[in-house]
Amino acid sequence: MAATTLTLAKGITSGLRAAMERDPKVVLMGEDIGKLGGVFRVTEGLQKDFGEDRVIDTPLAEAGILGTAIGMALRGYRPVVEIQFDGFVYPAFDHIVSQVAKLRARSLGYVSMPLVIRIPFGGGIGAVEHHSESNEAYFAHTAGLRVVACSNPHDAHWMIQQAIASDDPVVFYEPKRRYWDKGEVGDGPDGALGTARVLREGTDVSLFAYGPMVKTCLQAAEAAQEEGRSLEVVDLRSLSPLDGEAVLASVRKTGRAVVVHEASTFLGLGAEISAMVTEEAFHHLEAPVLRVGGYNVPYPPSRVEEEFLPDLDRVLDAVDRSLAY
Amino acid sequence: MSDSDVAPLETAYGVQHHVTRADAPERPAHEGGPEMVQLLTPEGERVPHAELDAIVDELSDEALRGLYRDLVLVRRFDAEATALQRQGELGLWASLLGQEAAQVGSGRAMRRQDYAFPTYREHGVAWCRGVDPVNLLGMFRGVNHGGWDPNEKNFHLYTIIIGAQTLHATGYAMGVQRDGDVGTGDEQRDTAVIAYFGDGATSQGDVSEALVFAGVNNSPVVFFCQNNQWAISEPNEKQSRAPLWHRARGFGFPGIRVDGNDVLAVYAVTKQALDAARTGQGPTFVEAFTYRMGAHTTSDDPTKYRVSAEVEVWKHRDPIERYKRWLLTTERADAGFFDAVEAEADELGTSVRERCLAMPDPDASSMFDHVYADPHPVTAREKAAFEAYHASFEEVR
Ligand SMILES: Cc1ncc(C[n+]2csc(CCOP(=O)(O)OP(=O)(O)O)c2C)c(N)n1
Repeated sequence: MAATTLTLAKGITSGLRAAMERDPKVVLMGEDIGKLGGVFRVTEGLQKDFGEDRVIDTPLAEAGILGTAIGMALRGYRPVVEIQFDGFVYPAFDHIVSQVAKLRARSLGYVSMPLVIRIPFGGGIGAVEHHSESNEAYFAHTAGLRVVACSNPHDAHWMIQQAIASDDPVVFYEPKRRYWDKGEVGDGPDGALGTARVLREGTDVSLFAYGPMVKTCLQAAEAAQEEGRSLEVVDLRSLSPLDGEAVLASVRKTGRAVVVHEASTFLGLGAEISAMVTEEAFHHLEAPVLRVGGYNVPYPPSRVEEEFLPDLDRVLDAVDRSLAY
Repeated sequence: MSDSDVAPLETAYGVQHHVTRADAPERPAHEGGPEMVQLLTPEGERVPHAELDAIVDELSDEALRGLYRDLVLVRRFDAEATALQRQGELGLWASLLGQEAAQVGSGRAMRRQDYAFPTYREHGVAWCRGVDPVNLLGMFRGVNHGGWDPNEKNFHLYTIIIGAQTLHATGYAMGVQRDGDVGTGDEQRDTAVIAYFGDGATSQGDVSEALVFAGVNNSPVVFFCQNNQWAISEPNEKQSRAPLWHRARGFGFPGIRVDGNDVLAVYAVTKQALDAARTGQGPTFVEAFTYRMGAHTTSDDPTKYRVSAEVEVWKHRDPIERYKRWLLTTERADAGFFDAVEAEADELGTSVRERCLAMPDPDASSMFDHVYADPHPVTAREKAAFEAYHASFEEVR
């Protein structure tokens, strides 16, 4: 694919299209994904081109969608399931954590679950409740699942294809407030699924982020540069597995780490990263690993969500605190 | 449709209710089918009904005019909310346009002690329960996640997770049974519960599970499905192969389809179902056959998936027009009455607008409140840190 400029949403659309053209066993399933093209239009045009048997408008039933996707996978298909919003995945939670995640291990490897579960996640779009959640830690905590999050059109385009090609089940997070951001989609993926990517080199502090917070961190690094500070921004991309080597390499270089995510910091990805860095790179640290994230409260009403979500100021504040040690 | 499809259905206790008329007019499936209960035609003509007429006859002329007033005020409130959304005052709005009769008819059939479990579109039911309409805007404006005490008017908070509330309603009804508030014959005491949900919601496991629990427990709950024909972009045939009201039979209780645009029929059918529930005859599934005239919500574009001809057909079945015609021809109301209702609707619109604009944003640190009943150290520490962080900006200023 020659380099083109696409929105993140259309990056996924074109990735889905490529995967469907390549493999007739790839089927899409979800609510409103047909004629409407999904509420975010990520599947727009695909039913027209691939038909109703491959782009399946399902009944309004998440447990049903995941449960039947398991059966289709058993029959040799590669279902790509769309969950309409983050907060609606819970009815299907049981199938994902009790069935999808465990079937390979239980069958001694005889059974594959090549499922992709696409979830638009995160806040910042002024939505009503259940439409702004970051529930990645639940899935990352479950062995047997791979959990990834894209942050830009290029990765979105390639990562969805890698996720579909994987014989493991992949929970694929899409940063909904970045759906309309444009960027260049180049040739080929930058690294295998499961790897992080350094988006900006720096020497003073490492910022670790994924999904919607990557852009915030890049902006923070830009702002910090004006004050003469050099921040490294690492897009984790994969939450399970975590690309430990990439994280440790960055910390060994800068000696300081700030992890940024929208999910509550309590038992979030930041806690795991902090523990890992402390265990593996303690002697390289100049400061404790700091976390910037959501609070231990239900996602608040949209009029105050800006206060809940990490922003430039809170990231830079953490950078200041790290450098003050 | 065979005769057996419209035959009386029996409850677990052998008690029959909701006997559908043998003389039902022939009506094609897209109009609800021959089995659909209708007391007022779209032209506003009264269709006699052997069993339900008695329920309607109990209503005074004043009560009948009251239903009209409700329909008009609820529609005006909804229109005002839609306008407020367009002007950026609400983040989102789920309009009830076209579903007023289903909501007012069922809402007015309830007694004070009954309890309603809504989804997110039941503004008309909220109105009938006496919930201040401005409270309904809070969630859509993004200043709260609910905004009213559910136990004050026996109207639960809106539920966005499709179908979840049908189980809550059933559990509440199971509590009612344990309290002995069923079948005592005391009008003030016997209690029924009503769960609202859409046609799409019938696909959810939760809804089937609610029907299971209600059936085996013979619980005093009415499942009120507003079949507005669409679940966002998906029509009925993507959700169900059988008519929705047929479902009830498989769970062991009666189901009935009523013209959801006919306020009298909805009132009568719901009242009968609620009475059956509170007298110990168990649950009923009511399918109100109606139509969502507008978009699913203000962020939806229905032109992507449905044709305008369909909307036109349903315009002719408007719930307010037909009822107005009937009130006029039977001389239950005159022009003066309609003018007065119109004026009242204008007033309501104005006051809703003013009070919506006056609704303040919450204090951000309030997000830490009411998360736990007992003090929680993590949340307390985060609240303190949050306030200190914000105070540091104040000092700089
Ligand atoms: C569990 C869950 N899945 C998906 C959604 C997104 N969603 C909101 S409303 C809706 C359609 C609901 O249709 P229906 O039940 O017919 O009710 P209506 O809105 O038409 O009144 C969908 C899919 C949701 N709110 N909850």
